[in-house]
Amino acid sequence: MKFERYGIGILKGMAVTFRHLFRPPITVQYPEEKLIVSRRLRGCELVWYPERCTGCATCAKACPQGNIEIVTHLGDRNNYVVDKFEVDTGRCMFCGLCVESCPYEALAMGLRYEGAQYRRRDLVMSKNDLAISDSRKPSAYTRPNIELSLPKQSLLVFWDRADGGQKLSLIPLSKKRGRGV
Amino acid sequence: MMTLLDQLRVWLSAALPEWAAYVIAGVVGIVVILVFVLTLVIVFIWYERRLLGRFQIRLGPNRLGPEGIFQPIATAVKVLLKEDIVPERADRIVHWLAPIVVFTPVLMVFAVIPLGPGAILADLNVGVLYFVAVGSVSAVGIYMAGWGSNNKYALIAAMRTVAQIVSYELPLVLSLLGVVLMAGSMSMTEIVDAQNLPFIIVQPLGFLIFFLGVLAEMNRCPFDLLEADSEIVAGYHTEYSGMKFAMFYLGEYGHALAYACIITTLFLGGWHGPVLPPFLWFLIKVVAVFSLVVWLRATLPRLRVDQLMAFTWKGLFPMALINLFVVAVEVLWLSSLSYWLVVAVNIVLAAILILVWSKLFVLGRGKVEV
Repeated sequence: MKFERYGIGILKGMAVTFRHLFRPPITVQYPEEKLIVSRRLRGCELVWYPERCTGCATCAKACPQGNIEIVTHLGDRNNYVVDKFEVDTGRCMFCGLCVESCPYEALAMGLRYEGAQYRRRDLVMSKNDLAISDSRKPSAYTRPNIELSLPKQSLLVFWDRADGGQKLSLIPLSKKRGRGV
Repeated sequence: MMTLLDQLRVWLSAALPEWAAYVIAGVVGIVVILVFVLTLVIVFIWYERRLLGRFQIRLGPNRLGPEGIFQPIATAVKVLLKEDIVPERADRIVHWLAPIVVFTPVLMVFAVIPLGPGAILADLNVGVLYFVAVGSVSAVGIYMAGWGSNNKYALIAAMRTVAQIVSYELPLVLSLLGVVLMAGSMSMTEIVDAQNLPFIIVQPLGFLIFFLGVLAEMNRCPFDLLEADSEIVAGYHTEYSGMKFAMFYLGEYGHALAYACIITTLFLGGWHGPVLPPFLWFLIKVVAVFSLVVWLRATLPRLRVDQLMAFTWKGLFPMALINLFVVAVEVLWLSSLSYWLVVAVNIVLAAILILVWSKLFVLGRGKVEV
């Protein structure tokens, strides 16, 4: 005698939903909680290394859109001094050709992804905006040597960020609910 | 026993004329019940959204206030500020009247629900009959909404609702009669007093039939055919907006609250319980019943119309008849023997009937299901 049609299926289904009660929610409450992006992200804007750049303008030639504008003058030690390094990120399509073409690894793709601005002109980044800093970190795109130093990507699962995002562990419910109001 | 309201009236009539005491006591009772219902409905809206979220591994609204408790208020303000739209060729009077006809009976049901010992608005000696009569009026309101909207989806939903509620009323009332027989009274307070052992244990089959009937009556999943969004837009309130839609929304949750209270009163022993005060016990049981309803909503898919009708006419209705017959026999002969014998007989009977009836629902060598 098979117990198939006696409401067993309903009970099984209800057991499944009941177990869901005790799972941490999948919801990512975005501004407070952020997932870790791919280590090889071609992210927002470029990261520019001022001391490595020779002002050769290879990147400007490689850019299919012509977004990069470089103005240089001759320095004391027979070198170029970069006066102006401007990228119109509003027209950038994040192809990464400028990064690949740079002979001195002076350009890298960024890890950021929140690049929205209220004005179109604010999207044009100057050389001070683009220079590497603590808040502008390069991603591992065409930089395999730094790949392992970056935290691993997290998707839909909650990774404990204090642990460098390498280990799967559940964050307690009270922490995850986020703030009120 | 005098209800609290009667006591208030007697106390007032010492200082005031008889008619003034009567009116003031009545107004106080109505206001208390209204506040109780409306606050609990608002809390239930929030509770259902949060709980449903947790059943679906998401969070639910948690922004406004601690744990999102003020979300229903924000929703209410938003809905009330919406433009009130009436379709061009709508039957304006019926369209306008429908939300009131849906919402008022819900509030009227609460008159006969004992919230605690003596805490009842009107201790009618036909309380069960009153609740059955008043509770089914909102079907008329839903039909009015569907008819008055001049919208084919609304009308389809209204027709479905009428068919559904008329069909499920039968097993619901029949299973209710089992309780009435066993308690020996139709008064809600006396039914509560009769439950030394909650009737859910004494009559498990009766509870099951009543619960399913109630799910259909309050149009909850899996019987929520009347607002099946995937088939007929929003059902009977497709053409409603603003204040009128809010009335439907409140009426829907008020229905859920009312029937949770009724189930608590009739089958779960009402306000009886150890240690905690009676009103708290009542609330705990109501919330438990509502959680079960939400749990079912999170789990079960919607039935088809023909499955819905077949389920009640071929399944619940005959089972309710048999249940009523057996309970009548037990009340007549077995009650003198032992209460626990009745319990054992009923549980075995429930198991056998469910097994037999689930066999009947297998057609075409188990390949086609009704």
